[in-house]
Amino acid sequence: MIQRSLTLFAGLFALILVIGWVMGLPFTSSRLVEAAAYALIALGLNLQWGYGGLFNFGIMGFLMVGGFAVTFISYPVNPQFWGADGPWLLGRALLAFFAGALLVLAARQSHRAGITGKWKTVLTVIAWFVAYCIYRSQIDPAAAYIESDAGGKWVGGLGAHPVLGWLFGGVLAAAIAYFVGKISLGLRTDYLAIATIGISEIIRALIKNMDWLTRGTLTVSPIPWPVPLPDAYAGGGQPALLLARGGFLLLAIAVLAIAILLISRAYAGPWGRMMRAIRDNHIASASMGKNVTARQLEIFVFGSVLMGIGGAMLVSFVQIFDPSSYQPINHTFLIWVMVIVGGAGNNWGAVFGAVLIWLIWVISEPLAKAVFDVVSYWSSTAGWGAIPDIEARSAQMRVFVLGLVITIALRFAPKGLIPEVVRREG
Amino acid sequence: MTELIFFINQVVISGAVLGCIYALGAVGITLVFGILRFAHFAHSELMTSGAFFAFLLAGAFAAWGITAPIPMGFVVLPIAMVISAIFALGIDKGFYAPLRKRGAKPVTLLIASIGVTLMVQGLIRLFFGAGSYSFFETETKDVFRVDLSAFGSTRPLVITEPQLLMIVVTALSVIALHLFLTRSRLGKAMRAMADNADLAQVSGINTALVVRVTWIIAGALGCMAGTMLALDVTLKPDLAFNIIIPIFAAAIVGGLGQAYGAIAGGLLIGFAESLAVFNWTMVLRPLNAILPEWLQLPATLAFVPTEYKLTVAFVILVVTLLVRPTGIFKGASS
Amino acid sequence: MALIELKHVVGGYGGAPILNGVNIAIEPHDIGVIVGPNGAGKSTTLKAIFGLLKVTGGTIEFGGENVANSLPDRLVPKGLSFVPQEKNVFTSMSVEENLEMGAFTRKDDFRATMAWVYEMFPVLAEKRRQPAGELSGGQRQMVAMGRALMSKPRLLMLDEPSAGLSPRYVIEIFETIVRVNKEGVGILMVEQNARQALAFASKGFVLASGQNRFTGTGPELIADPEVAKSFLGG
Ligand SMILES: Nc1ncnc2c1ncn2[C@@H]1O[C@H](COP(=O)(O)OP(=O)(O)OP(=O)(O)O)[C@@H](O)[C@H]1O
Ligand SMILES: [Mg+2]
Repeated sequence: MIQRSLTLFAGLFALILVIGWVMGLPFTSSRLVEAAAYALIALGLNLQWGYGGLFNFGIMGFLMVGGFAVTFISYPVNPQFWGADGPWLLGRALLAFFAGALLVLAARQSHRAGITGKWKTVLTVIAWFVAYCIYRSQIDPAAAYIESDAGGKWVGGLGAHPVLGWLFGGVLAAAIAYFVGKISLGLRTDYLAIATIGISEIIRALIKNMDWLTRGTLTVSPIPWPVPLPDAYAGGGQPALLLARGGFLLLAIAVLAIAILLISRAYAGPWGRMMRAIRDNHIASASMGKNVTARQLEIFVFGSVLMGIGGAMLVSFVQIFDPSSYQPINHTFLIWVMVIVGGAGNNWGAVFGAVLIWLIWVISEPLAKAVFDVVSYWSSTAGWGAIPDIEARSAQMRVFVLGLVITIALRFAPKGLIPEVVRREG
Repeated sequence: MTELIFFINQVVISGAVLGCIYALGAVGITLVFGILRFAHFAHSELMTSGAFFAFLLAGAFAAWGITAPIPMGFVVLPIAMVISAIFALGIDKGFYAPLRKRGAKPVTLLIASIGVTLMVQGLIRLFFGAGSYSFFETETKDVFRVDLSAFGSTRPLVITEPQLLMIVVTALSVIALHLFLTRSRLGKAMRAMADNADLAQVSGINTALVVRVTWIIAGALGCMAGTMLALDVTLKPDLAFNIIIPIFAAAIVGGLGQAYGAIAGGLLIGFAESLAVFNWTMVLRPLNAILPEWLQLPATLAFVPTEYKLTVAFVILVVTLLVRPTGIFKGASS
Repeated sequence: MALIELKHVVGGYGGAPILNGVNIAIEPHDIGVIVGPNGAGKSTTLKAIFGLLKVTGGTIEFGGENVANSLPDRLVPKGLSFVPQEKNVFTSMSVEENLEMGAFTRKDDFRATMAWVYEMFPVLAEKRRQPAGELSGGQRQMVAMGRALMSKPRLLMLDEPSAGLSPRYVIEIFETIVRVNKEGVGILMVEQNARQALAFASKGFVLASGQNRFTGTGPELIADPEVAKSFLGG
């Protein structure tokens, strides 16, 4: 088992060297930093799916939340916004929000006032409607004002350290995961999958359209780095670029290492034993009196924290937050492929899968282009004409490759390349 | 009256069109779920590829000089549906049947369907690029304007030819499906298997045959829905991928596994979406005359802004899952 | 020649075998009753005959042909029918549709058979349009039996047909089984109401741990003090 993992990791290392050699160091260094962030995200999914047996198809939402968090925390302060009426209007909207929430809560408690059954339902629905209208009546003008020139166009950031932004990404993701989990973890697997997709789409729609808060499709950049940028290094050029990225990579790997350490320790202890019991024998552990839902909620939140941090790291690294660049394929299904191929239930498997699949994902485009070029060369010399639009077509190949990889994995290695180590419980 | 016609144009017609597409898609999903017990995400790709089959056929027909009084998309639809049905059977044989044989859990099949989604979508993009296509590049899209000035409306009732045909074809398909499920031996066997697969097997029902029929129907109806969507808007590789969650929402709202529920759910989601983004000011504007100055209607008064249109389906979906996961109609709880 | 004959059948659900050599032989006019403690492998025996689990040893001959590991869609046309222990009706379908499903493998006109079933269970004729899920437990059992009879079986297998029924219904269902048998259908059933069932059984089999313990006619087994002591509760 250990030997197999070592061989696989050695192979991965060799693959990285080959890519570095063929594609150049600037390309490879970028991909490695991203791979580290994806590894963190994959660890999060591995916690949820591999350890907890919880289906999360809403990873994209958590990545976006993380990306927004780091943008908000680390982007420079926008004095125009703070100097105008925006904060005051937002404060009112916040008050309206709480007033609405209070209204809904009151309606839900209306049975104490003797209103029950159908009437309570009607009352609750009306309360939701009124609360929504109150909130909209305040937030709409506030948003319109802030988005105008006078309001500063958007709220801007807080200008704090990016690492704080990563942490906030984790916290925000945790808060959202708590609510998502609270309302949907009771559902059976396929419903949970669809519910989480639905929620992540709602998050995407919000972040994409709340221009006053996120600038939406206008995008925010440049977002600062937590480590010195390439121009901070004397000399500049490729060495400076590599040094700076190296610094980022070290930081990312440090975060990854801490996450793995914490997870492994927790999983080896009583908490992990309980988690496995719950996953492998839902009913029995429920009857044993363990609070299954609470444990599942915990693991859902923990996994989402890693996703939030990973999403924040990605945005920090590319320095731009562009809500329209988030796609379920790239940001949810890709992670699933990583965990399934790597080996659900095994942290090293998830990390291995993340790096491998990320590399496959990024090199399938140039690789496809190379293949197309060759084929095109042959077909044109054979008189059949060249393949049209090679650029555009190769860009699409990776989606196909991803699908192929997952179907092959499910068929021939359903437990993944580095499968879960089944522990005997004493 | 003008306001009413505006409402019909904006909400009733567009809601019905959207609802038809959702309903046809949701029926396929719900049947596959009923028979095979997994959420088939790749249904979106059956729809998209079906639309592309129809597109290619329409192009070929036009090239052969065949003309028809109705849009070519509808002429080739039956052939495209047959191809799609075969395609769906092939996908099952290639990707799902081996996993079922191994006794894989529904979740594994669900993940496999994601893999299929990606592969089919990758292939479509490989051949057609990422751009969009229209069925109406050479022929024109007829628009019917029913003049209602006799009823005091300054606006005509507007419906395009594809929209009208779409509603008719959907209604016919639903009736055909209903007759199939309640009158034919195979249709009843399908219901039996969705109800209790073990007992169906024990009764001697050829379950492999039922599975095949399910894929045929799912593929054919998926192709119909996809082609119609492409006829109404434009054809692009992520045509149905973008609306797969509203379609799932329709199936879940109707109760997964329930064919009639899926149709009702589809219409419900379709109407809800168009109603939610409807600008009430357009209808209520006459009220401005009697309303006091401080209560004048704003320029747009919609329940949700247009950019959140798709979100409406997600919200309905999430609320349904929380309040009544078995669907708002009497649904099987298993 | 026996209608069905099991010789040293070994089989299980993939793990350790549950059946370790079961022998059963039923003639066309027989009512065979299998009794035994919970978990003895009684239901498993019926499922093994019906191809619902893997038979790894021994032979199952039906009408002189080895049918071990044949699936139901091949067995039903040969004249074998099975009423499972639970979930044995299509709850969302009407009584009549349930019966039709029993005739799925038949290509000929089955209306006469349906009339025969309605004659045997007049209640069902009354409720033919009602969903089977809305019937009482006893009526459901009738639907299940009716469904199984629709394929005109030569051998009808029933798994605990009297489970959960009130004593009056138990007698009624047993009487119906005897009547069906008189019409020329061989019966092989598993029963917990062992004494009552063995009383009219022409063949009785006591199973324990997946093996025959005692075999004889029903009355013989009741009379056997050892059987009575260990398996019929004194
Ligand atoms: N689907 C299955 N998978 C694995 N093992 C099973 C399955 N069904 C039954 N068993 C096992 O097979 C053994 C025999 O079960 P079977 O149902 O044949 O008992 P039975 O004699 O019918 O008992 P009862 O009187 O309780 O119905 C039991 O130990 C049971 O645990
Ligand atoms: Mg039993």
